[in-house]
Amino acid sequence: MSEHLYKYLRPEAFPTPFCAGCGHGILMNAILRAVDELQLDFNKIVFVSGIGCGAWIPSPHFAADTLHTLHGRPIAYATGVKLFNPDLKVIVISGDGDLAAIGGNHLIHAARRNIELTVICANNSIYGMTGGQVSPTTPKYAKTMTTAKGNPEEPFDLCKLTVACGARYVSRYTVYHIKPLINSIKKAMTTKGFAFVDVVSPCPTQFGRRNKQPTLYEMFNDLKARAIRYETAKGLKKDELTGKIIIGEFNE
Amino acid sequence: MPKLINKSLLPPKKYFMQGNIACAEGALAAGCRYYAGYPITPSSETMEHLSNRLPEVNGVFIQMEDEIGSICSMIGASWAGAKAMTATSGPGFSLMLEGLGYAVMTETPCVIINVQRTGPATGQATRPGQGDIMQARWGAHGDYRIIGISPWSVQEMYDLTIESFNLAEVYRVPVILLADEVVGHLKESFIIKPEIEIFNRDSSMSDKPFGTVQDDGVPPMPIFGQGAKLLVTGSTHNEFGIRKVADPVVQDMLVKRLCAKIDNHKDKICKTESYLVDDADYLFISFGISARSSYAVIKQLRNEGIKAGLLRLKTIWPFADEIIKSAAQNCKVVFVPEMNRGQLVLEVQRVLCNKQVISIPKTQGEAIYPSEIYNESKKYIK
Amino acid sequence: MEKIKLNRKWCKGCGLCIEICPKNVYDREAKVSTKGFKEIIVKNPDLCNQCQLCELLCPDLAITIEKTKKDAKVNK
Repeated sequence: MSEHLYKYLRPEAFPTPFCAGCGHGILMNAILRAVDELQLDFNKIVFVSGIGCGAWIPSPHFAADTLHTLHGRPIAYATGVKLFNPDLKVIVISGDGDLAAIGGNHLIHAARRNIELTVICANNSIYGMTGGQVSPTTPKYAKTMTTAKGNPEEPFDLCKLTVACGARYVSRYTVYHIKPLINSIKKAMTTKGFAFVDVVSPCPTQFGRRNKQPTLYEMFNDLKARAIRYETAKGLKKDELTGKIIIGEFNE
Repeated sequence: MPKLINKSLLPPKKYFMQGNIACAEGALAAGCRYYAGYPITPSSETMEHLSNRLPEVNGVFIQMEDEIGSICSMIGASWAGAKAMTATSGPGFSLMLEGLGYAVMTETPCVIINVQRTGPATGQATRPGQGDIMQARWGAHGDYRIIGISPWSVQEMYDLTIESFNLAEVYRVPVILLADEVVGHLKESFIIKPEIEIFNRDSSMSDKPFGTVQDDGVPPMPIFGQGAKLLVTGSTHNEFGIRKVADPVVQDMLVKRLCAKIDNHKDKICKTESYLVDDADYLFISFGISARSSYAVIKQLRNEGIKAGLLRLKTIWPFADEIIKSAAQNCKVVFVPEMNRGQLVLEVQRVLCNKQVISIPKTQGEAIYPSEIYNESKKYIK
Repeated sequence: MEKIKLNRKWCKGCGLCIEICPKNVYDREAKVSTKGFKEIIVKNPDLCNQCQLCELLCPDLAITIEKTKKDAKVNK
């Protein structure tokens, strides 16, 4: 990462605890670039995270106030921080299992209340830390530790969900689409209201290995093949969108 | 710890109020400026009252989506510098236990009001019980200590709520006010004094917000936005807040200190009240509304010439071992009336292992009557 | 002058930089190191056109590209 971003890190926490080729490190870089380009005061940001690999992005790597909370609850904690001290910028970074499964209730209600929080979902479609179980965003038919014959369930579209709940800014990018991702995180951080960024972040260790994409590069190729712009997707039928990852801004 | 004297918010005089509302006023007087809650009988009046009163004092009120969200947002607000509170009852308290454990681990000052009803599960929502006292002490997983306080009147719903905030701030620990439906819904007169003793947390900047030199100390607690670069985590952490998820020494030191900071200060935390205990042959040990019925019983027994006394526990947790031992020194039989199948009695039996300790339980979803305590105790009084 | 800084303490050897670099700047060592993988090396630093793709996408935040004034002109 660029040297001028080192001031945002706790160097003693590196190397990161993530597996080789984990997309979360790329997201970490993107978030710090967004903070730097916006010239935000790092002392006035509180990073709130839950449990799981995604939750370890801010804690302990960021040299800011970090609140590493219970599984599924970061948005509830963030609500308390933001409401009591609105001068603080409160950014929630957590995984798909944390925000959408166990914490789904807090997600939809914070979006409904339109509280000024930036929620970044490090979405790797799997429970990575616990060993690769199916998550609410695992694609249909994907193999995981708990769906050896393929996932029988449809995944959540977290962007459509949060738009429906009233979020002010909603977008999805993959870590491969790094420049638009950084811009989108910047927009989310400056949104006056609830902002949600769904970041598709590959997990080669727990997801790729079991789905014939054992390296980050192979997973990137898959993301490239499946990604489709929001504007393009609007003109397509439902079955044409099967397996696609819609990227872009969902409510602008 | 510096003691402050605050003026009461309401004009000092005699008031006629419901327990739950007196509790809300006590919280405001103590400096509570954040409330997050979820409706549940029989505690909702506290929330309703605060929804109007908190904005008047520049506080924040929010009705969350569930009790888990309530306790979590309260902990978040506490780290942002608030004196924060939530109120609930049995089923809600069960949900809050994960947050309770988190508050203990991260040493977050906060106050939880549990207006106890009957259980298990939904039980009888409008009926009183005292069945959550062991849950309050042991409910969350892992080893820890909390402070549990029990009021027996509307006056104490006000006074002990203030006391709860003070203890939470001084010891950086969640404090649970174990009220019951009778006290919560009771309307009676009580007095608001002009001045109140207040303790505030030490929020000085520190690079060690989770460690002290003494192994039973309470570290200073910087808040978010001060530039302290806090690392707050529910995982095992060292004095700096850095996660140490496989270090046996750090785990041991942390858990020992979390327990010792309460255990070693028992003499300052534990408050009890004694009524005619000094010469008592028969000692009643009770708390909350059961203690109030017991008080009627000892007066009746005294009228009959029987030397009966009452030791009332205002502080249930930590358990007042030494006070109970010395109060029961010369008595023949100890009675423990309570509105559950016998929870407090287990602790009393542990402390008074050489005495005859009789449990007087009641689980009919109504207050335990003096006549019931009287009749049961008479079987053992010779 | 060193334009590409590879922090080998932070690198876990996922090899994304090798695959993603349009100029074949990176390669692996021939032998497995004590860290358990064939470590990444900057084999052809002179080929680098400073597109910064590796810096932006390195999951271990281990790559820093220093932009030099001269190169900036070349890029224009």
